[in-house]
Amino acid sequence: MAPRKILSASAGTTRRSMLKGIAAIGASTAATGFPGFTRFARAAGSDAPIRIGFQVHRTGIGATYGRWYERVTNAAARVINEMGGINGRPVEIVAEDDGTDPKRGAEVVGKLANQHRCDVAYGTLFSHVVIGSAPRAGELKIPYFVVSEGHHVASGMLNRYTLQPGITDVKSQVMAMAPFVAANLGRKVTMIFPDFAFGHNHRDFFSEAIAAQGGEVLARIAIPPTETSFTRYFAKIPRDTEVIYHVMVGPSVLTFVKEMGEFFGPSAPAIFGFIDSLEGVDLASPGLEFLEGSHFWEGMPRYEQPGDPDYVKFYREQVGLDANGASVDDPDDISANAHMFACWETLFTIKNGMERAGYRGPEDRAALIEAVEDIDIMPAGREHPQGPKVFNGLTHQAFGVQYISQVRNSRLEVQHVTAIKDGFYPDEVDYTKQPL
Amino acid sequence: MEFGPHLMLAVLEGLVQASVLTLTALGLSLVFGVMRVVNVAHGEFFMLGAVLAWWITSLLGGGAGLAFAAALVGAPLMVGAIAALADWLVLRRVAYDPERTIVATIGLLYIFQQITLMTFGPDARPVPPPFNTRLALPWFEWGEGGIALYWPWGLSITSYKLFVIAAAPVVLVALWLVMTRTRLGLVLRATRIDSETARAFAIPVEQVYALVFGIGAALAALGAVLVVPIRQAHYLMGADPLLLSFIVVIIGGLGSLRGTVLAAVLIGMSDGIISVFFTPTLAKIFATLVVAMVLVARPGGLFGERRT
Repeated sequence: MAPRKILSASAGTTRRSMLKGIAAIGASTAATGFPGFTRFARAAGSDAPIRIGFQVHRTGIGATYGRWYERVTNAAARVINEMGGINGRPVEIVAEDDGTDPKRGAEVVGKLANQHRCDVAYGTLFSHVVIGSAPRAGELKIPYFVVSEGHHVASGMLNRYTLQPGITDVKSQVMAMAPFVAANLGRKVTMIFPDFAFGHNHRDFFSEAIAAQGGEVLARIAIPPTETSFTRYFAKIPRDTEVIYHVMVGPSVLTFVKEMGEFFGPSAPAIFGFIDSLEGVDLASPGLEFLEGSHFWEGMPRYEQPGDPDYVKFYREQVGLDANGASVDDPDDISANAHMFACWETLFTIKNGMERAGYRGPEDRAALIEAVEDIDIMPAGREHPQGPKVFNGLTHQAFGVQYISQVRNSRLEVQHVTAIKDGFYPDEVDYTKQPL
Repeated sequence: MEFGPHLMLAVLEGLVQASVLTLTALGLSLVFGVMRVVNVAHGEFFMLGAVLAWWITSLLGGGAGLAFAAALVGAPLMVGAIAALADWLVLRRVAYDPERTIVATIGLLYIFQQITLMTFGPDARPVPPPFNTRLALPWFEWGEGGIALYWPWGLSITSYKLFVIAAAPVVLVALWLVMTRTRLGLVLRATRIDSETARAFAIPVEQVYALVFGIGAALAALGAVLVVPIRQAHYLMGADPLLLSFIVVIIGGLGSLRGTVLAAVLIGMSDGIISVFFTPTLAKIFATLVVAMVLVARPGGLFGERRT
């Protein structure tokens, strides 16, 4: 580390003197033409912005989520800045594409920390990218706030610098879903899930959860997230299946659901899906009619619900969502609202943590981790529009309510909201014992 | 699922795969046969076909049938024109040198992929099929009163998939007629057998090359337009068809159209059947194993030219 510090310090001096040189000849307009120069100049002041490095899936199989994660992040940063920023300093989002690729993800974390000089890294969704990037964040000792759902944070697999305060994990989600599935839909379940860490979380924890309800999983069908053709997998669904449990991600989710409808025709079993299978896809798309009456898990309702509280309306307005959960600018641009709310909530948690820690700069990173670990109750409101949450500082994982919605007239209507405690499970790790 | 209906479903899925693969691999084989160019950008022409099909159908809107017909004609023509231009701008400049064309087409691959990402975007986009009725298929079983028909769960195909299965043989026959019965086919065959002698007989070899590169790309695009209502258009969709086309062309024999068709049906069907009964990964393993075996036993491919 030492040589790098020396190198960057000397590079800084050179840049600063160059900047002075430019200023001396009165070329302030020229300076704004070089973002790197102005950035460095501002970083010297005490009201310099807090730089939040945003690892975003702009391309690759997570691009649909990435687009919306970025919009929500920018909206939340704007709202935070309108509220006066963090500790009186404005927030600046520094976005970097990771191509939804674990190898690139680790490089991006390094780039955000060393090159962009960010205070924290944030925003990763896909579990394989989180698992690939978190060790690098731990090495660099940069707080890494992920927005991923995977159980990898709470399982103890990662490190003290990785936190997931904005979204519940899959283990908690499926534990809350299993009683509803067993009581209302059936007990003999066939699971279809993507074949990587996130899907394996579903496979393992739902199997346990449904067994606890007296049900069983008849078949577990794993599909690579890059797959484009699905009928061949459906042939493996056992005949006595009562419920199909599906969760799919990747660019071909619409094909996945359409081919499922074509496979079953009029004689489908009950269907319970995670909305991941249709995030960013219009439920009124041709070929999805068979989903009418089926149920979905939603992290946060996509469609406007009667009696939405004011803070939900505020969030939807700031993010730019219409009543159908599409962009207000383009009704065909459907959001990933079941997940993206967590970007908003995570940014407000970073704000909360920095304010508690009296955060000034990278030297306070350890204090920031400890301050976030101290957070426990996060009440519903403008900062947490999805609903109330409890943060477990030992496992670095948030717990919250889940929504079960039913497709009615090609819209999702919330039928049941689970309690926070439905998703509790014993701690599997105590990150606070790890050194900072 | 019982074995009989399961097998039938596997065969139907395999036929759809074989049909698209035949067209795509034929394009690659044609280009190699005539020009001796290993076109690594072939999968991107497939992708461009699908993306342009989306563009044409969404631009025209209205009735899915008419818009799709326009895409079926328009997308391969546009991709063919792009490919001919690429030939003229790039491949001709490197004198069709085997090593340099491989590097040049790798460059084209990234250019097409990134331009698509920058314009079309990173999302998968659906193209509505012109018709898509689910046809439940019956199966028979021995009951108390002899053979009885029944409709097993999941044994079905859509009318559109049947159309895809039927389309490939039609295109194949048309291509065969062009190659054997027309003056154009004669010129192509002459260039393929010996380009220098063809040039001596006043055949404009460079124009023939541009044309062949265009036709090869158009065949990939045609395969893509056919498959895009079943799958979706996406900027990364070119990788799989490229890999499978290479497998097919190596098994069938580089440049042999007959071998290409046979290998495409073999690989397409085995991919469908092995995927349904076992896993798609095993299907890919099998295909690659066949390539290895063919390379060991018959380095020129099943119908390849004997090297002396």
